Amino acid sequence: MEFSDPHWWNLCFRWLHIASGVMWIGHLWYFNFTQSPTMPKIPMELRPAIGKFILPEALFWFRWGAMATIVTGLILAWLRGVIGPALSLGVGAHSLQVTGLGFGMWLGIIMWFNVWFIIWPCQKKVMGITEATDDEKKRAARIGALASRTNTLLSIPMLYGMAMSVYGL
Amino acid sequence: MKNPLDSLGQTIALGVALTVVMVILIHVIAGV
Repeated sequence: MEFSDPHWWNLCFRWLHIASGVMWIGHLWYFNFTQSPTMPKIPMELRPAIGKFILPEALFWFRWGAMATIVTGLILAWLRGVIGPALSLGVGAHSLQVTGLGFGMWLGIIMWFNVWFIIWPCQKKVMGITEATDDEKKRAARIGALASRTNTLLSIPMLYGMAMSVYGL
Repeated sequence: MKNPLDSLGQTIALGVALTVVMVILIHVIAGV
């Protein structure tokens, strides 16, 4: 297999897409399954360790994982020649794989938008990276938490749609 | 009324329900 072989690029971007997707959804599930339910149980004096050290680092890998997943996913769909049919939900294609992939892609795109344009701007206010009053910080924390939960909800059908693109079930 | 997204269990249940709806829609659109 040579570098000019499209199968090599397909393999390369498929691996990058899966790895960055694990990075993204792994962090999303860490926030929702581990960090947020545990925070109320952590003694007040220990909480800054999460907020000041772990959270900023986790948010870095979370948001850039989301970006890498979308970019490599779109390139992969283009390499496979399914980007147009999938984004139009496979209407007329009569293929469970293409329609399933289309739903997965649109859910992933909505989730990526949520990360970069709702969750991250809210977290910047909460962490004091952008200026905000106490009331604005409280509101941003609530909106960010709901957006994060929405993405956890959407991640379930999104992953199913992605698996359908292979198995068609 | 409490927001279902405040509960992790209800969030997952909604995600599973949405998956079922999505799979039915996919079958309708794909027509197979």
